[in-house]
Amino acid sequence: MAVDLAIDRSNGASGADTSRNPAPVQLRNVVRQFGEQRVIDELDLDIAPAEFVALLGASGSGKTTLLRMLAGLDSIDSGQLRVPLARAAVFQEPRLMPWKSAWRNVVLGLRNGAGKRHAEQALTEVGLAHRVTAFPATLSGGEAQRVALARALVREPKLLLLDEPFAALDALTRIRMHQLIIDLWRKHTPAVLLVTHDVDEAILLADRVIVLADGKIADELRIELPRQRSTAQPGFQAIRTRLLRLLGVDATAGHAPQVPLDAEPAHAAAEQRRRFARTSRVFTTE
Amino acid sequence: MTETTLEPLAADAGFLTVNKRPTVQKDSADNRWHIPAFVLRLLSPIALLLLWELASQAGWIPSRVIAAPSQIGGTLWAMIVSGELGKHLWVSLHRALLGLGIGVTIGVVAALVTGLSKRGELILDSPMQMLRTIPSLALVPLFILWFGIGEFTKIALIVTGTTFPVYLNLFSGIRNIDPKLIEAANTLGLNRRELIWHVILPGSLPSFFVGLRYSLGISWLALVFVEQINTTAGIGFLASDARDFMRTDVIVICLLIYSVLGLVIDGIIRTLERYALAWRPTFVRT
Repeated sequence: MAVDLAIDRSNGASGADTSRNPAPVQLRNVVRQFGEQRVIDELDLDIAPAEFVALLGASGSGKTTLLRMLAGLDSIDSGQLRVPLARAAVFQEPRLMPWKSAWRNVVLGLRNGAGKRHAEQALTEVGLAHRVTAFPATLSGGEAQRVALARALVREPKLLLLDEPFAALDALTRIRMHQLIIDLWRKHTPAVLLVTHDVDEAILLADRVIVLADGKIADELRIELPRQRSTAQPGFQAIRTRLLRLLGVDATAGHAPQVPLDAEPAHAAAEQRRRFARTSRVFTTE
Repeated sequence: MTETTLEPLAADAGFLTVNKRPTVQKDSADNRWHIPAFVLRLLSPIALLLLWELASQAGWIPSRVIAAPSQIGGTLWAMIVSGELGKHLWVSLHRALLGLGIGVTIGVVAALVTGLSKRGELILDSPMQMLRTIPSLALVPLFILWFGIGEFTKIALIVTGTTFPVYLNLFSGIRNIDPKLIEAANTLGLNRRELIWHVILPGSLPSFFVGLRYSLGISWLALVFVEQINTTAGIGFLASDARDFMRTDVIVICLLIYSVLGLVIDGIIRTLERYALAWRPTFVRT
């Protein structure tokens, strides 16, 4: 039912081309392994147009790898993966080029001759009309992250990938960013995949929450709560408890986590090594 | 002393109490007695010069040890007016800048080749590392045998001295760019040429400037040395010629010129950095 709703919304906004390709993201039996370790293990996943999906999981569960595969930063070892080329990513750190002013960061890599005016529009959308010419070193954490968001949205992505984009922000800024991301999502209607540690954040923002464990979808949950959502909404706490239990945290009893935590760091470290090995190859392609 | 009172009371044990009366603004009557800082700064050099002059006039310091300041000043003025100084200065500057220009160009090209491609690093880096350990002045005998004692040898020595600081610093600058920024550039769809132009080159610019500063210092050092071998013009020639005629005044003038030129060139580099690295937090003014 909710899938239908999502398709309806996107049809209203962006026309007929999305209805011909109902799912901009399609993964079938996707496997990614680092050495012996299967980080992504025969994963199936569809994301509908304009659907907001949150991805939860303990560290080392493969959620960042999944996002990186969708962003084109990592390859798959087997299976089928289909993502729109019009995609953009926002990471935990803003990753702005320090030597470029805010607006030059926004239009970096755009090929349609987008100029300062285009960037100004995008920065106005995120509430930074007054920082157009500022260098990243002069921006606060929240401002820098909003520039990163403008940089992603100015590309009119069909798929917006968010890798814990609010994790490094203070609590007040985070609340404002939640509202901003919902507004922008409604306006631009990309499909969104949000990777997060924060169960509340996932419930507040997403149409659907996916819990990843050992590279597989352990569970998924459609959030039917009406928007504007708040943690005080009836039904919120029930969803929260359920998701926390899936993540191995018994929120009601305060038990120790059921998932063995010590198994994870090694896994995560392998992932990290792999990631940097790939990045260093960037230099070496001839 | 009277403004701050610390009164440890028996009842107040365990606390630090500071009572400070607001500082009264001194009116300008007091300030009239202040001597400007630059006058104070000039005081000791002037006193030294006076002492030196006095000692020379009294015959305590013979002019073949070192000339009197007044005599140095007179000679300097005469050399400026006759155009002799300008001629030699021009020749020296020309040598230094030509050698530096060629050396920096080779260093930059080599660093780009090794920094940007793995194959380039394999082919070019080890010979560069071997060559850089040879002190360039140790090559003098060989260069004289190869190229004679003409202008070519002089320039070649400056080139060999100035290539490696730029090469080493720029190479490490290129390799130490934050991999996260390169990832961000990849997700923004930058191709390799754009990646180099928008990310790698601006990111390694600070390291390049460090190398350039070293190279400048070395070019000056090499200049002093090479201008003492078989020259008929240049500041070094002026100094060695003056030695033959025991003109200590001219020698001191040459030393002064080296130091002033060093300061001027450093100032130019600083200005360049301020402009080219305006984005760095140390230069950014909010």
